[in-house]
Amino acid sequence: MSGRTEGGAWAKASHIMLALFLRDIRLSIRAGGGALTGVIFFLAVIATIPFGVGPDLKLLARIGPAILWIAALLACLLGLDRLFQADREDGSLDLLVLGNDRHMLALTVLTKCLAHWAGSVLPLVVAAPLLGLFMNMEPAGIGATALTLLVGTPAITFIGAAGAAVAVALPRGGLLISVLVLPLTIPVLIFGVSASYGAVADPDPFLHPFLILTALTLFLAVLGPVAAALALRHGTD
Amino acid sequence: MRLIAENLGGERGGETVFSGIEFALGDGQALVVTGANGAGKSTLLRIIAGLLPVAAGRVRFEGGGEDFPSAASACHYLGHLDAMKSALTVKENLCFWRDFSGAGSRGVEEALETVGLGGIGHLPFGYLSTGQRRRAAIAKLLVSHRPLWLLDEPTAGLDKASEERFGGLMRKHLDGGGIVVAATHLPLGLEGARELVMGMVG
Repeated sequence: MSGRTEGGAWAKASHIMLALFLRDIRLSIRAGGGALTGVIFFLAVIATIPFGVGPDLKLLARIGPAILWIAALLACLLGLDRLFQADREDGSLDLLVLGNDRHMLALTVLTKCLAHWAGSVLPLVVAAPLLGLFMNMEPAGIGATALTLLVGTPAITFIGAAGAAVAVALPRGGLLISVLVLPLTIPVLIFGVSASYGAVADPDPFLHPFLILTALTLFLAVLGPVAAALALRHGTD
Repeated sequence: MRLIAENLGGERGGETVFSGIEFALGDGQALVVTGANGAGKSTLLRIIAGLLPVAAGRVRFEGGGEDFPSAASACHYLGHLDAMKSALTVKENLCFWRDFSGAGSRGVEEALETVGLGGIGHLPFGYLSTGQRRRAAIAKLLVSHRPLWLLDEPTAGLDKASEERFGGLMRKHLDGGGIVVAATHLPLGLEGARELVMGMVG
């Protein structure tokens, strides 16, 4: 069909990606989807910290943002191994890769990342303010931590997608993904935590680390899916 | 449209599985690939689809125009796996593949009727029997249009009546100017299809 306009192609691609997004969201909330695994893990870590550290309220408040971030980071890594593996096991991945000639595979990967984030990581961000109370954090600190988690956790999913794509053919790839991905997520953790502290500790700035965190997420939103698409393209067998 | 393989060779894990495969298929032509287990039937189909790299020679797809520039974009690939999610209903699965691959000549309900699964679209895919799953996967070929069908053991698990019904679907696809490449052990009921026997050269 000739005369297909740029706008038409864009509308078509967004329609396709919306269908994929909704399918993955639906899968994550149905039985066996594992959307709650991350949240439960997050909850378990934060709830045990006060028992381990002891009833020193000042200390808990001081380490609160860092603990929330570390727990969130680890919880994010938990469900990543299923990102492409579930599709590979039932043959869907072949068809998703075949779609590459019609719409970029990187776009498909980006959509899957966003669905994964919305399905399994967003609940964790929503639970963070409540868990902040466990850590005796003040309202400003809780708000700042939740905001930095909202902005920063997509970056972890995007890096994780590249790791998940590399390890897609391995039956127990979860550990390998964590090992591959963890070093790359350290910058996200550093800027996320320093922005959270910036909101409560006076001389430290909030805006600068927060903007760098945002930039990291945007940068990885491009790099992660492109790298993952490349790995998936060459990993089919 | 034409699908042409020239001196095609394939390998799996660094070892040559087949070499020197030649064929050219035009509109309305079918190729039935037969051969012993391990002769490289599945590998051949995956190479045509572009899921595996070509080891030697080349595959060309011509005349697809703007909509189907390559074999990968022009093909329906039906592999051993059904590419359906067991947690979703049959209808949800088919609706997703219709949206993802672009709408075809039949709607989801109509496609299910065609493969004899009318009235069970609301069931989760995981509840279906092996033959029903295969039929649902075949319905996937109908909900969006692709001129080239690459079928890997398409009738595995189907009963006699479903086999015949699927034969009819393939003939209809061919009559409409489509191309079929099928790897199989079982007769598919395609009269006038060309046959490629793998594993004869080495």
